[in-house]
Amino acid sequence: MGLAVLSLCYLIGSVTFIVGLKMLSHPRTARRGNLVAAAGMGIAIVGTIFLYQTDDGTRLHNYGWIFSGLIIGGIIGTVLARKVKMTAMPEMVSLFNGMGGLCAALISVNEFEHLTHADPLLLVAAVLIAGNNLLLHVFIILAGLVIGSISFSGSMIALGKLAGKIGVWRFQGQQVLNISVLVITLLLAVGLLTQEAFFNGWVFGLIMLLALMYGILFVMPIGGADMPVVISVLNSCTGIAAACGGFLYDNQVMLTGGILVGSAGAILTVLMCKAMNRSLKNVLLGSFGGTKAGQLAQAQQSYKEITVSDAAVVLAYAKKVMIVPGYGLAVAQAQHTCHELEKLLEERGVEVKYAIHPVAGRMPGHMNVLLAEADVPYEKLLEMEQANTEFETTDAVLVLGANDVVNPASKEDPGSPIYGMPVLEVEKAGTIIVNKRSMKPGYAGIENMLFYRPKTAMLFGDAKQTLQQLIQAIKEL
Amino acid sequence: MGSLLQFLHDHLEMAYIVVLSIFLGVEVISRVPSVLHTPLMSGANAIHGVVIIGAIIVMGQASPDNYFALIIGFLAVIVGTLNVVGGFVVTDRMLDMFRSRKKKPDLQENRNG
Repeated sequence: MGLAVLSLCYLIGSVTFIVGLKMLSHPRTARRGNLVAAAGMGIAIVGTIFLYQTDDGTRLHNYGWIFSGLIIGGIIGTVLARKVKMTAMPEMVSLFNGMGGLCAALISVNEFEHLTHADPLLLVAAVLIAGNNLLLHVFIILAGLVIGSISFSGSMIALGKLAGKIGVWRFQGQQVLNISVLVITLLLAVGLLTQEAFFNGWVFGLIMLLALMYGILFVMPIGGADMPVVISVLNSCTGIAAACGGFLYDNQVMLTGGILVGSAGAILTVLMCKAMNRSLKNVLLGSFGGTKAGQLAQAQQSYKEITVSDAAVVLAYAKKVMIVPGYGLAVAQAQHTCHELEKLLEERGVEVKYAIHPVAGRMPGHMNVLLAEADVPYEKLLEMEQANTEFETTDAVLVLGANDVVNPASKEDPGSPIYGMPVLEVEKAGTIIVNKRSMKPGYAGIENMLFYRPKTAMLFGDAKQTLQQLIQAIKEL
Repeated sequence: MGSLLQFLHDHLEMAYIVVLSIFLGVEVISRVPSVLHTPLMSGANAIHGVVIIGAIIVMGQASPDNYFALIIGFLAVIVGTLNVVGGFVVTDRMLDMFRSRKKKPDLQENRNG
């Protein structure tokens, strides 16, 4: 009876994951979709705790440990997710993804320990002689370990990069080293599966260590701007690691959830790459960011600075203003001030719109989330294609902390690492005011020629402070 | 090879689930606006937290005197829960921001009425 109910719980869980994911991909139903999936997860977890039985009918025990684990994890998770600033959301996704990978790896560690602990000699004999399901059992344990470990350490490095704590680390022959580490890991895994002498905890530990190392090496050379794609790849990996658990325990809900995320994550990765007009291979080999190839000696060129009061005049007497938000806006938490400026200009009869590049900020959709938080009406947010058709009729563009997404090099300089990426063609507009903290190149480390163009004027300063000054100046006009 | 075939035969329903889920995942995601990429990734991130079920099973089966297994299992439950709870809460917060702009006119209407 209990097992039948548990099966039902798992069925409900699987269905809610599918429905939830489907709903998440439509703006109107997205929020409910998330709750639906969460509810299904809750049912599956509670069902497992109270109804799970092994083949010989024993129930789970150690409830004290289980519940304290759930409570500790639940509290930390809620607090982290609630308290974190909007700008740090991508970091949180990366962190939680890493935790899932670690969980899968730890499950494998425990399962392997269980195998060797039980009766090592007997087991080895069974694995080697019978060559039956046990071999595949160990194979799945290893798969979960390797994929989970890579996902964990990779996510942690991605987290560091998103937070700006870890830079790009690249050297000659790096790809060779990376591939060697991966190959050695896999060879050891094959050894553990087929050689009696390798079937022990030391080799297992070494495999885990190498997999963790590979995760770090894999993410290190990739530029910070590409982290969303990397996280999406790792997200997909964790899904597969979770599915390994599904095989281990003959557990349908883990299998459905894991594989669903694995394949959805893979597709999402491809979609993200498309939005940036880059190939996945290109991203993963780390040929973006950092590279200074094809760059002209732009630094010596002169740029024009504009004062706040002049900028205020330009904006206040324009017919149409387009605001291009970027990470600078997010860092300065200036979305509310930005909305204030927009309202002020609208009151003066200026038409104000926002041009949103799909990968502006640190993650696709980052700017939409920020501006929605500040109650900017949805109709004011233009997608890239639409914005590009409207720049010609725009008098003034205000670029707020965006850099790479407005870089004309993507169209003009075939040597540039971002050549071919679709950008916002702000140069079509009458005047471009660029707010930045300094002349330092953006996240991808590429010089932006836009700043040296005759139509461009630089307005240096923190986005929030500058916007406040602008608002003040416009009010005084 | 033989063992692989045998395994497949023994776990035929699992093989079906895997194949169908792959297609389903691709199908469900393929037409999503880029605005939703981040929340969607975050939601999927929470869903793979289903790995917590494995952690609970491992924890629940560990013998009470095997401290290695207990500690590793305990850690697994904690990080798995972090993945699930944190994942869903972060996604909800992200999507809440999308909703807030729609909520506003409603509130004003209520106030007027």
